[in-house]
Amino acid sequence: MGLTNERHERVIALVGNPNVGKSTVFNSLTGLHQHTGNWPGKTVSGAEGRCRSGETVYRLVDTPGTYSLLARSAEEEVTREYLLHGEAEVALVVCDAACLSRNLLLLLQVMAIVPRVVVCVNLLDEAARRSIYPDLAGLEALLGVPVVGTVARKKKSAAALLAALDRVIDAPPPVPPAFLSPLLERCRLSLREGKEQEAASAALAARAEEIGHAVTRGEGEPYSRRDRRLDRFLTGRRSAYPIMLLLLLLVLFITIVGANYPSALLADGFSWLGNLFRTCLSALEAPPWLIGLLVDGVWRVLSQVVAVMLPPMAIFFPLFTLLEDSGYLPRIAYNLDRPFCACHACGKQALTMCMGFGCNAAGVVGCRIIDSPRERLLAVLTNSLVPCNGRFPALLALISMFLVGAAGGFAASLLSACLLTLFILLGVGMTFLATRLLSATVLRGLPSSFVLEMPPFRRPQIGRVILRSLLDRTMYVLGRAAAVAVPAGCLIWLMANVTVGEGSLLQHAAAFLDPFATLLGLDGMILLAFLLGLPANEIVLPLVLMGYLSAGAPVELGSLAEMRAVFVANGWTPVTALCTAVFFLFHWPCSTTLLTVKKETGSWGYTAICAALPTAIGMLLCLLIAAFGRLAY
Amino acid sequence: MCQQVRLCDMQPGERAVITSLPPSALRQRLLDMGFLENAEIECVGKSPFGDPNAYLVCGAVVALRRQDCHGILVRKQVAAWD
Repeated sequence: MGLTNERHERVIALVGNPNVGKSTVFNSLTGLHQHTGNWPGKTVSGAEGRCRSGETVYRLVDTPGTYSLLARSAEEEVTREYLLHGEAEVALVVCDAACLSRNLLLLLQVMAIVPRVVVCVNLLDEAARRSIYPDLAGLEALLGVPVVGTVARKKKSAAALLAALDRVIDAPPPVPPAFLSPLLERCRLSLREGKEQEAASAALAARAEEIGHAVTRGEGEPYSRRDRRLDRFLTGRRSAYPIMLLLLLLVLFITIVGANYPSALLADGFSWLGNLFRTCLSALEAPPWLIGLLVDGVWRVLSQVVAVMLPPMAIFFPLFTLLEDSGYLPRIAYNLDRPFCACHACGKQALTMCMGFGCNAAGVVGCRIIDSPRERLLAVLTNSLVPCNGRFPALLALISMFLVGAAGGFAASLLSACLLTLFILLGVGMTFLATRLLSATVLRGLPSSFVLEMPPFRRPQIGRVILRSLLDRTMYVLGRAAAVAVPAGCLIWLMANVTVGEGSLLQHAAAFLDPFATLLGLDGMILLAFLLGLPANEIVLPLVLMGYLSAGAPVELGSLAEMRAVFVANGWTPVTALCTAVFFLFHWPCSTTLLTVKKETGSWGYTAICAALPTAIGMLLCLLIAAFGRLAY
Repeated sequence: MCQQVRLCDMQPGERAVITSLPPSALRQRLLDMGFLENAEIECVGKSPFGDPNAYLVCGAVVALRRQDCHGILVRKQVAAWD
């Protein structure tokens, strides 16, 4: 009962098929900004939010999208158990107006086990564009439960939904209509006790189909001509792969061009502020060690993270989100299913791999959309083989410094984008190879099945997406920079300034790692930075720089050219840069990702494989590159 | 006139009605997604390697591998004047 809840919150469960705009409804009701994406299975963990209507406070619980409550997959199990045994008083079932029949199956199943139900027929605008007009009043009369039509992005819709919730929450549960009640009773038994599920479900599906037909008006074409044309192009035999490649290149190119200017500006600003900071501290007669720790340690690492790493991260992320919101990602999974199948895996791994470009930890959580446990593990273990948002600005910096030349300009940016694309393709290729390798060894088995709904293309809310993900990403990176870069900067400064015997701790540590690192084409300082950068990859390159600088006199750092000069002075060659870049691509994932893998797999063994696999690949490749490099020079 | 064929043998652009959905590990999932007997279905495309294929059923486009829709039979709709 609601009274057992201390704050008298009334709990509402949000239920619906995948990709019917549940998260958008959730956001419009709660005013939160849960990220929405146009692909089935976006919501993998239940978000919660609150909203108020008059005196009542509703707590909304978002459940993962599911087609039915017969527990076949993890999501269905979670949703069914929550509805059967959870605290929800009302189920708000979100349906897609354009394919009501299929959505009604889930609705009827929910009606069978939850006494109070409100139906939200969403995406009315999208359906109208395809000339499909559901008869909402007719549906309400047939089912005996409130039906609200919504266009989830509109404010008015939220008010109508709240009004419907207010109406049902304290009213006695409605009696199901006579033509439905025996069927619902049968379904209730089958869902609770698992008896003759299939027969009950088939009968329910047939009834859902009838009701759907009865309440849908209009001679609409559910799969619009525009979508047909787009799909023929985006998944066509000749065009699919070139387009994927071009889109990747375009996204990277925009990122590179867009990041150049803010990077330079931020670097100048930070160096000016740093000097000011130093002057102020000297004026306050702070001890030299404190000035060193704060300005040369903390400030320098922090400013490098923000100036070099932040701009590409903050630009790539919204671009990626736009692609995600348009509905292109499921097409990538469709195009890549055959190659993944050849590696005994599932095409949905392409979706989680794409999520990995944003953040490997998010990609690992996203693997829940893969039903087969073996294929899910394959996707989890190989996720960090693609560079995440925290790694590719470093790749970019290395490419522009050593492989292209930091001159800038259109041609240089295009060349950088091409090289970065090659690196990413190397990561993708390695994902396939590692997947095949794992499925022949630790995770042996044959590919299971692939069923993926391809949603209609939607025009993303461009301005909103850019603004939100720009802000969110910036805040996230700044937060992480403060949490990780500050202690790391302190640590490395202390190591550089505490002397034991002949040299500083830093020199000892670097010298200890140096023989092994040299084999890999790196040096001791680079490897040490990778080790210290375990909490966040974006601090690795700033730490290398910091380590080099801590030995010598303070150097003004502005552009990449100055950074390059420091690296060259410390013995970097193009081979060092290439090896560092390859090691960036393939090394142990960050600690957040590792903890997520532990949480998702429940096994330290798999977590160890997840760390060892990319490291082994990276070391092997670096070893080969370094050996060839020595031969060539 | 009508012709019974396997779903996986349909070519893009062809429409049909599902006639049988044999028991399999995937049957329930397919039923949930609208692959009901007597439901209309259209093959709307092939992926670049020819497998999986995309089908329009119950108002949504669903991609399925050949091996997964192996046993599904459909009745092709051929107009009398064809």
